Amino acid sequence: MTETVLRRSAAGADSASTAAPNAFTQAELGWEPWLAPLPVDELTERHYLGLVDKRRASNPYFRLLVRDPDILGARTRTDNDIFYNEKGGLTRALRELSAASASRTNGCIFCASVHSRFAAHHSKRPDDVQRLLDDGTAASQDDPQWRAVIDASVALTETPTAFDASNVRQLREAGLDDLAIADAIHGAAFFNWANRLMLSLGEPTPPAA
Amino acid sequence: MAIDVIDHLTGTHDGDALFTLRAQRPDAKKNAQASFDALFASDDLQQVSQLERLAVAYFTVALSESPTAGYYRDLLAAESPTTLTALEAALPGAATSGPYGDYPAGPLSIENTPGLLWAPDAALTSVVGERLAAALAHTHLLVYRPRDSSPEALQTLLDAGWSSTGIVTLSQLVAFLSFQLRVVAGLTALKGELA
Repeated sequence: MTETVLRRSAAGADSASTAAPNAFTQAELGWEPWLAPLPVDELTERHYLGLVDKRRASNPYFRLLVRDPDILGARTRTDNDIFYNEKGGLTRALRELSAASASRTNGCIFCASVHSRFAAHHSKRPDDVQRLLDDGTAASQDDPQWRAVIDASVALTETPTAFDASNVRQLREAGLDDLAIADAIHGAAFFNWANRLMLSLGEPTPPAA
Repeated sequence: MAIDVIDHLTGTHDGDALFTLRAQRPDAKKNAQASFDALFASDDLQQVSQLERLAVAYFTVALSESPTAGYYRDLLAAESPTTLTALEAALPGAATSGPYGDYPAGPLSIENTPGLLWAPDAALTSVVGERLAAALAHTHLLVYRPRDSSPEALQTLLDAGWSSTGIVTLSQLVAFLSFQLRVVAGLTALKGELA
């Protein structure tokens, strides 16, 4: 039998307080899937392995992705090492900035909200992050490391990718070592994975009132 | 031992500076490879066949003009030369540059960027069938204009015979390769600048 997509109710979509967000924000947005997540009572051991963290069973995004548990598990473990392995390399703030810049370029309002908030938290520079959201990736940034990480993320996100030796040199001249440069590359590359899932399998919903 | 595909695609060998660098993020390296294995050596092909996986993979990297396209071209050639020939014939009319697309109506509408809305023509559809043709149209959407995604696009896939689980795998294929080709592009540029 052919399945049917889930749609947010027309009444909800028409109301100003519940309409899908239409601007980049650091606020905590929700996200609703367009395809049915697996029901909790259908989750097997293999599904829980794919979820990695059992608590993710309560999240509709992960419970939708867990329909293919093996790729979800490998994806989550890739994500965790790129963003949370703090043995040297790029600061957490700049890894999040790399993620936010890719998301701003692709137009993922949900991903940009999460990772701009994280970038602001770790850098303590919410205004600089907000400028990236409001005025875009080309908006001025005085910090050469911010400039280089944003430029690298944007270049890598373009299709075909425009990232080249000049980006590596800009990152290096800003004072980043090889591991930090590799982290910047992986952070931007990973959000070209994440953005495509978040954008195509559902939509953001407004912050809880 | 099986190869590490990203090492292979960047021409990296044990002992190279880039090899040592990647070893400092061991779980990222191991799981980028595990992701490849989950998609291309799956023990569950019920929802998405191996041919569909390889066709979508090749189309993703070829549309992205990635140097990794040769690797996926060879995988598809071994599975279905006729599919490869049909995809290669379609590429000149499908290739463009991105990202482009529209935002939800509002302050971001001024950033809306027009671009190619591609769907397989009759010649390609006659070779690959309606089901894979629908997946290829969705691949083009995800590669170039992911912000144009919609429930209607998913309904088109469901109507063409894809299940919800199959759509998750299809989306992961395009999204993972969008990651892998950028890791390869980034690390290749970095490799050229390493001491």
